[in-house]
Amino acid sequence: MNYSEAITTITELLKDQLVICANGMISRETFLIRDRVENFYMIGSMGLASSIGLGIALNKSSRKVIIFDGDGNLLMNLGSLTMIGALRPKNFLHIVFDNEVYASTGSQPTFSDKIRLEDIAKSARYTCVKKVTSTEVLRKEMVKLLESDGPSFLLVKISKNDRQSEIGRVTYSPEHIKERFMSAIN
Amino acid sequence: MLKSGDFAQELIDTGYDFFTGVPCSIIGNLITSLTNRPDVTYIPSVREDVAIGIASGAYMAGKKPAVLMQNSGLGQCLDALTSLNLIYKLPCLLIVTWRGCDGLDAPEHLVMGKACIKLLDTVGISHHIFDVDNTKELINMSYKYVSEKKEPVALFLKKGIID
Repeated sequence: MNYSEAITTITELLKDQLVICANGMISRETFLIRDRVENFYMIGSMGLASSIGLGIALNKSSRKVIIFDGDGNLLMNLGSLTMIGALRPKNFLHIVFDNEVYASTGSQPTFSDKIRLEDIAKSARYTCVKKVTSTEVLRKEMVKLLESDGPSFLLVKISKNDRQSEIGRVTYSPEHIKERFMSAIN
Repeated sequence: MLKSGDFAQELIDTGYDFFTGVPCSIIGNLITSLTNRPDVTYIPSVREDVAIGIASGAYMAGKKPAVLMQNSGLGQCLDALTSLNLIYKLPCLLIVTWRGCDGLDAPEHLVMGKACIKLLDTVGISHHIFDVDNTKELINMSYKYVSEKKEPVALFLKKGIID
């Protein structure tokens, strides 16, 4: 499964859920595959997707908040997992696309080939923790997770893909990304 | 010296309704006051940049956030302030305790104590310094600033202003 297949599979199932896209390839792929007003694209502040999402989830309990995170992003801010596990927002779904590299800077390795990120999420007391490696299972798990209470954690194993370096950036200004996203929340 | 509970009340009366941060001894009682209040939320954060991220999310969900931290935390959250808040126009009040402000403090506070004002000037974040007489005025001014400019503003708090 590559980024494109994983993000296509997930976004096909989305309705009005709020999605925080981590910086780098995740924002770029999501912007390319299915741009929607409910998407917030990070272009900087690496590591903070789950924190931004937590701030929304705690204050908008009526809306499902989904994080499109990466292994590099997650490892940069592991402490936030303890906050999510302790504060237990029911409307929080943490998806990690794990290709074991920093894809947007030339595929330098992270450590997620050796350390199981799903075990860290279990230790942090996420309510439900799943790992998927195929689009078929991803679709099935997503259907269930969209309907269940969280905080949930879904690890999506992604193959390394050379095409990624050719994908364009998000073309909206940061301020426009925010204004549009806020109009979808409130 | 102002009571921390009264300082918290001033922040809330002004319109701030969501608080997060990382403790410092100078704001220990203020954090306790905010935590104990039923009408607002204080979320303890594991790091200052995480607090900035949470506050930014809270803002987008309709809250008026304030982040509490020690000036050492400014270094920790500089990337968040510059590549999130300033470019997306995501405002928050930063209440920053000023350790090492007079050059007389533990060694770990001296470099940032001397540099923290210049640091904010360098990245273009507005800042002011609390004294015993101007707390109400600065809190009011900060609220006007974050509402209109949609950028973070820092208010420095030295030891001895609140209990």
